[in-house]
Amino acid sequence: MTSTDSEILGLFIGVCGLLIVLTLVGEVLGMRADDDNPVVETFKTRVRSWWVIVTLFTLALIAGKVGLLVLTAFASFAALREFMTLTNKRRADHLSLALGFFVVLPLQYIFIGFGWQALFTVFIPVYVFLLLPIVSALRGNSDRYLIRVAETQWALMISVFCVSHVPALLTLEFDSYPADRSVLLIAFLIMVVQFGDLLDFFFGRRIGKTKIIPGISAKTWEGMACGVVSASIIGGLLAWLTPFGVFGAMAMAALASTVGMFGNLVISAIKNDRGIKDWSHLIPGQGGFVDQLDSVIFAAPIFYHVTYLVWM
Amino acid sequence: MKSLLSLPRRAAAKIVGLAISLLVRFLTAVRADWRGIEPVNRQRVYFANHVSNADMPMIWSCLPPNLRRDVRPVAAADYWLKNKLRAFVGPEVFNCVLVDRRPEARDSDHDPMQNILDALDDGSSLIIFPEGNRNMTEDPLLPFKAGLFNMGKARPDVDLVPTWVSNVTEIMPKGEVIPLPLICTVTFGEPIHVDDGEEKDAFLRRAENALVSLAPKDDRL
Repeated sequence: MTSTDSEILGLFIGVCGLLIVLTLVGEVLGMRADDDNPVVETFKTRVRSWWVIVTLFTLALIAGKVGLLVLTAFASFAALREFMTLTNKRRADHLSLALGFFVVLPLQYIFIGFGWQALFTVFIPVYVFLLLPIVSALRGNSDRYLIRVAETQWALMISVFCVSHVPALLTLEFDSYPADRSVLLIAFLIMVVQFGDLLDFFFGRRIGKTKIIPGISAKTWEGMACGVVSASIIGGLLAWLTPFGVFGAMAMAALASTVGMFGNLVISAIKNDRGIKDWSHLIPGQGGFVDQLDSVIFAAPIFYHVTYLVWM
Repeated sequence: MKSLLSLPRRAAAKIVGLAISLLVRFLTAVRADWRGIEPVNRQRVYFANHVSNADMPMIWSCLPPNLRRDVRPVAAADYWLKNKLRAFVGPEVFNCVLVDRRPEARDSDHDPMQNILDALDDGSSLIIFPEGNRNMTEDPLLPFKAGLFNMGKARPDVDLVPTWVSNVTEIMPKGEVIPLPLICTVTFGEPIHVDDGEEKDAFLRRAENALVSLAPKDDRL
């Protein structure tokens, strides 16, 4: 077992300890409340989903690059499916949508697998952006054309390009930071963003007063501030996972968490526009993959590029 | 008929059935929305809108296994007996009740409604597409054929359950080869019955309305 593996296991055990506490809290609340209190039931389903997510993610981290690529590619596929189900499309778009699912998505992850940075950072924003609308245009239906191609591009950017920047962190090479440790950088990103979200939710419920966008999201400025500060503290505690040093890790955690929270607001605005509460039913208690990933989706590319620009 | 099938063939039918339901669920992430009834094992006739050949496998796949065991889709003999593969999948995997839509090809003693009533008397539930044909128009539904009314009248205890399959046209528009893996929802509404003395046309309009009202609202342009 390498030192990276034992550190992953250490993290896993730590998170499991937390989940055990949450599971026990759920059981106690369940015994105290009425038989089917919906809040307690939702809480318990969510904790159960978290067990599955944490286990899958840990296995992928241990399996290394291929495991992570497979897991994130699958998450991309699920997110793209949720997104594309809600976009405007005509029959003329059928081929370009099929290309999005079955060519663009796998290619993006293959480019990342080979570490071709010059390609995977521009493939979807440049090549796909220009080429897919050609495929749609050639089929000859201009009804709502701009809306259709713009929504398709958004779906691919959010679900494929952004999500794929999580495994893209593996391709970064730092001085004095062994290459096999970069899986820990991924664990760092996911943990600070998700814990920040959790604490934002917790503090928002307790002391939240000023809604950021009333009518669209329950997020409050107070909750968000507490969430970002907490994420930054957690980032400082987890600095040993990163090449950033303690203060660098705190700054990066605060940045990722802030971007992630505003990303959640963007996704809420889209949901509100399409009149839905959740993107799908695929993760019990949490809705869809886009609901679960929204903050990571926004944080990952920024985290990747700032790491590249500042720390390399 | 079923007992005559050899054991390996029945095992193969089971495995193919499982493979089809997994494939359909992976491709379409199909979800059952039990809006008007619970997914319990009662005798029912699920009547659904029909826009593609994927409708029937989709409804079939999203039924819980204990309901799926007792459900028989009513399907066209001319389609499902066309070649050996279809003759295996239709009657053996899906356990279809085959009816011949072409009067000229029927044996003189073959009454399609009798096959259907026999299946109901055996205790099976059914999946039927009362439009008769695939709907290629822009309208949500084609006018229903009389079959649903005749079933409801002959076996008034059986629940007639409106079943709306959404999104299939976008997953696989007519003439396209590659299915898109979009999310599909099958909505089961409140059961209806033929009222005493209700006229055929009045009942069929009521059934059409019950089905169309399940269609999700689409805010897209």
